[in-house]
Amino acid sequence: MDARSSVVPARSGRSLHRFANPGQFLRLSGKVLPWLFWTGGLLTAFSLVWGLFFAPDDWQQGDTVRIMYVHVPFAWLASAGYFALAVSSFASLVWRHPLADLAAVEIGPVGAGFTAVCLATGSLWGKPTWGAWWVWDARLTSVFVLFLLYLGHIALVRAFDDPTRGYRAGAILALVGVINLPIIKFSVDWWNTLHQPASIGLTGAPTIAASLLWPLLFSAIGFTLLFAAITTARVRAAVMERRIRSLLMARASSASGQEVTA
Amino acid sequence: MTHLPYIVAAYVIAIGVPLLFSVEVLFRTRSARRRLQAIDTRRERTRA
Repeated sequence: MDARSSVVPARSGRSLHRFANPGQFLRLSGKVLPWLFWTGGLLTAFSLVWGLFFAPDDWQQGDTVRIMYVHVPFAWLASAGYFALAVSSFASLVWRHPLADLAAVEIGPVGAGFTAVCLATGSLWGKPTWGAWWVWDARLTSVFVLFLLYLGHIALVRAFDDPTRGYRAGAILALVGVINLPIIKFSVDWWNTLHQPASIGLTGAPTIAASLLWPLLFSAIGFTLLFAAITTARVRAAVMERRIRSLLMARASSASGQEVTA
Repeated sequence: MTHLPYIVAAYVIAIGVPLLFSVEVLFRTRSARRRLQAIDTRRERTRA
């Protein structure tokens, strides 16, 4: 038996599936990963120095607006990470692809960490601006629910002796939880919240001054590349760990087979 | 900067968490690669 058989998809070689072949993934991601890490790290450092030392104060919020350069990218990535988790879960349920399972398992902790940073930095922004560390406002509450969904997913995929059952249960939870993403996005429009409405949209012009917007965009791109780099590196490590387990199991089964024949 | 402690705390958390994840995955990858090289003997067999 080929020890790699457990990590090779059943229908590899067809359309996008060939790019999701674990061996192909290891080769491709090995080339892309250093670029992701270095570009993301340099862009993030550049944008944070810009935001911290060179961007102007806000006329209303003063210098606390500098927290925006870390809070907003983490808020976007908390939702984007969950969307990526849902897409992986969908691929896992529909195509039963082992790489999609690993991606879902590895995105979960990073997404939870980034959501926790979003909540913590938001709290640090809220105290000097609103006078409170936390309010049960619709935006804050829906992001907190997102954090709980991430934690639930992390716990659920590890709760079964058979990993495949854990992946399936986690995938269903991830897909059900997608309903929270539009709630987060539109919470500031649907309810009367303390949290400010969106300043940047896909359809209209931004309501934020360009001198504040540019460092924010660079920071968002930098943190996004770092998020992609961290999750890609985690999936690489998971593929290697799975291959180690397969090799050890193949070796153990061949050793026990030799004992029986002897 | 009148709110410096809040700003510094936010930046430390925002830089620290991705840094922790990066260091963790670096050690995890190194360990997996070493174990895989020790176990996987197929490359040597292919060369031979």
